[in-house]
Amino acid sequence: MTAGTLMPYDEALERFEPVLGLETHVELGTRSKMFCGCKTTFGAPPNTQVCPTCLALPGALPVANAMAIESTIRIGLALNCSIAEWCRFARKNYFYPDMPKNYQISQYDEPLCFDGYLDVEVNGETVRIGIERVHLEEDTGKSTHVGGATGRIHGADHSIVDYNRAGIPLVEIVTKPIPGTDRLAPDVARAYVTELREIMRSLGVSDVRMEEGSLRCDVNVSLMPRGASEWGTRTETKNVNSLRSVERAVRSEIERQAAVLADGGTIVQETRHFHEDTGTTTSGRSKEEAQDYRYFPEPDLVPIAPDPAWVAELKAALPELPSVRRKRLQAEWGLSDLDMQAMHNADAFDLVEATVAAGAPAADARKWWMGELARRANETGVPLAELAITPAQVARVTELVASGALNDKLAREVLEGVLGGEGSPDEVVEARGLQIVNDEGELSAIIDKVLADNADAADKVRAGKIAAAGALVGGVMRASKGKADAARARQLILEKLGVSE
Amino acid sequence: MSLIRKTAAQLGSMIAAGEVSAVEVAEAHLDRMAEVEPKVQAFLHVDREVTLEQARAVDARLRAGEKLGPLAGVPIAHKDIFTTRDMPTTAASKILEGWRPPYDATVTARLREAGLVILGKTNLDEFAMGSSTENSAYHVTRNPWDLTRVPGGSSGGSSAAVAAYEAPLSTGTDTGGSIRQPASVTGIVGMKPTYGGSSRYGLIAFASSLDTPGPFARNVLDAALLHEAFSGHDPMDSTSIDAPVPSVVEAARNPDIAGLRVGVVKEFSGEGYQTGVLARYHEAVKLLESLGATVVEVSCPSFTTALPAYYLIAPSECSSNLARFDAMRYGLRVGDDGSRSAEEVMALTRAAGFGPEVKRRIMLGTYALSSGYYDAYYGQAQKVRTVIAREFEAAYQQVDVLVSPTTPTTAFAIGERADDPMAMYLADLCTIPSNLAGNAAMSVPCGLADEDGLPVGLQIMAPVLADDRCYRVGAAIERALESRWGGSLLSQAPEL
Repeated sequence: MTAGTLMPYDEALERFEPVLGLETHVELGTRSKMFCGCKTTFGAPPNTQVCPTCLALPGALPVANAMAIESTIRIGLALNCSIAEWCRFARKNYFYPDMPKNYQISQYDEPLCFDGYLDVEVNGETVRIGIERVHLEEDTGKSTHVGGATGRIHGADHSIVDYNRAGIPLVEIVTKPIPGTDRLAPDVARAYVTELREIMRSLGVSDVRMEEGSLRCDVNVSLMPRGASEWGTRTETKNVNSLRSVERAVRSEIERQAAVLADGGTIVQETRHFHEDTGTTTSGRSKEEAQDYRYFPEPDLVPIAPDPAWVAELKAALPELPSVRRKRLQAEWGLSDLDMQAMHNADAFDLVEATVAAGAPAADARKWWMGELARRANETGVPLAELAITPAQVARVTELVASGALNDKLAREVLEGVLGGEGSPDEVVEARGLQIVNDEGELSAIIDKVLADNADAADKVRAGKIAAAGALVGGVMRASKGKADAARARQLILEKLGVSE
Repeated sequence: MSLIRKTAAQLGSMIAAGEVSAVEVAEAHLDRMAEVEPKVQAFLHVDREVTLEQARAVDARLRAGEKLGPLAGVPIAHKDIFTTRDMPTTAASKILEGWRPPYDATVTARLREAGLVILGKTNLDEFAMGSSTENSAYHVTRNPWDLTRVPGGSSGGSSAAVAAYEAPLSTGTDTGGSIRQPASVTGIVGMKPTYGGSSRYGLIAFASSLDTPGPFARNVLDAALLHEAFSGHDPMDSTSIDAPVPSVVEAARNPDIAGLRVGVVKEFSGEGYQTGVLARYHEAVKLLESLGATVVEVSCPSFTTALPAYYLIAPSECSSNLARFDAMRYGLRVGDDGSRSAEEVMALTRAAGFGPEVKRRIMLGTYALSSGYYDAYYGQAQKVRTVIAREFEAAYQQVDVLVSPTTPTTAFAIGERADDPMAMYLADLCTIPSNLAGNAAMSVPCGLADEDGLPVGLQIMAPVLADDRCYRVGAAIERALESRWGGSLLSQAPEL
């Protein structure tokens, strides 16, 4: 299966209009599984967090996790959904080795939450994305295919299954079709997933780590010729495991579908797989061959009937949502839209906010997180939040700079030391001897030595070639290992040589 | 009188009083089993040493002064569809041959805790699908009244064991009549509690919305004692009702039915019913009247649609419930020689491991749930179910209990209906409506049919959580009939 030809993005958008749809799965961070009491710790040895229920032993029964239901309702409320007054779980029947019961307990035509929306900001404009439904289901086990070249089941020698993940609560959030995004479709998709992730975090319902699979996204894309009123056939792209991939998958699918349509072809309704390495999608199984899931109401579980008064309480107790918080912080910090957008994209809000809370001026906090630290994160491929430095430590560095104890160059060295595990900022300053040289006597001695060692340059300055002083300042900085205050050194050099600017 | 002829209540009192030990009682029953099992074949699994070990443990608990229930030390046989951690559990299917569960069902765990001693696991129609126990993948069980006849089903091993005096008590499950019909054709008492009144945790599922664990005994009081011992809310079963257990023992001890309103279901009579069955049934109704009950005829026209609705709902649920038997984690595995995919091994295992009736129902259910057919079959059947529940409700506005024959005929001959699924399904005609509505219902012996001398059962149906009414009426008619017969109906059974 090759990726096929692509039409350049600009040309594709001149000829076609995209319609998007996003299905997002979020693993809830409940302590126990959806239908049994097993733990949900990530990374435990295989098949150690299992019991008769999540292994589907004969006779075992599910009991719904009340906290998972509450979390799902809170997610629905945060997404402006209506909450069902009565709904049921349903069985989705299909055989797969990593699904112990060979049916998944999910929800079918009676989702817990429905008909909401989420506003996201793209290029300074608000785009309202309709939410079709939010429902609760259980995760499957995890298959590892051994012996093949691709790690996929085809060609594998054998497969091993870990049921630790089987039965972890999973919330599925499905958007309504999103027309009208035009050339911003990839950005809208990314902004939506980013916003969703922040909402999950603010609700505290999931750790939403895309790389660990606790947030997984399927991207639906269709194209229609410009001016057409009927939407095209859509594809569903799976295996989209990062925010950047969401953006790339949409873009790639637009380029691919445009090429197929322009060539007189038709789009097949199918599942496609996204490949991180090439940024393209390839065909998976076709929906026409797809199975009939034979949904029916789950007879092992009683219906869910949330008391409207309780739902109202949950709604009243929702935390400040990320978009509201961003507007408040922008006003408090006095930062530009552009700065705010950049911080949003870099996932730096919590860090900057915590740094400000620890006493740093907002502009300084933004500068360090979005500058030096973002650069380091990029270089090492670690998310910003996982750098080995705390917002309090960054705040301390800004404080040292503000007090004149450090200059920016030294501050970067302190950050490097902290990231390198050398201790707190003060410990790094102490251990590396990074205080600015404020002692006039010490500075004067260094200058005297530099002037003696660079008699030619000193003479040039005395003769009026003040530009030559730069080399002498550089010498002082080198001699002081960067700890001298360069401006003060220049002043003293000129004084000692009896010239003025 | 030998220990095996005693009632469970008597045995419990004797053990509590120290007149006899649990070990002696267990040994008496194990000896009886050794004697009659070659003829009856009620059991799939017996382990004398495990049983005696349990009995010794109960004796020790009693000696230590532990306060146990009224059935402590009394032996019991469990239908082999409840998981037991010290005995294999197969649901009479080859697909689970030799499987040893790592956990106890709630029913078995509660009875173990109450000091009952497990004699063994009894035979059944594979996965409880059938009305004769002929669908067992292992062997046929025989009716102690006539060894050429079936003991009913699906809980036929449990009914035969109690009727053959191999066990004073046994457990069963009733999905469409699987306790009441076998009780009826073996001349004993069988009760289907209110759905949700007894826990399904550890009961290997056939049809989740219908499966109900219940007791078998030789008399109404024993059944009530057993019912009370394992019933009540279970947090492990979401469909379990969080309400007090109806006072069934008290009802069985106080069988006063003066002023009780009894409804005779008009639709369950006439054509298709054996003459001798109808004769005993009509006498039983008259007897209730003579005991002070008011009898009225009640029409429930939708009850005649219960059977087809049941044969869509139960197979639909079973097609999904039995999907877990896939050779991956337990049970039979066929064809895993390193050359086949997991899907091929699953298919080969299921083809070899399931019997024909199980396959028939999986196919029926898969079809009924299929896209495009769902509304016409499963959806329609659920509507019928709602209508039936409403008819019950309307009937219970007029009367306290409803009565009917338990099953249209006495025990049929082994092999007689084996090749005719429709004829087999008719055995549950009168019992299925109570399953669809989730109501309580009991079968109690009401005599022998003149033409074949085989037992006839009276079905007593009551509203949800009014299980005590079944026991009150059952005990009243039992007392009146036994004084007429001069003993239990079972005492008229031929010696084995």
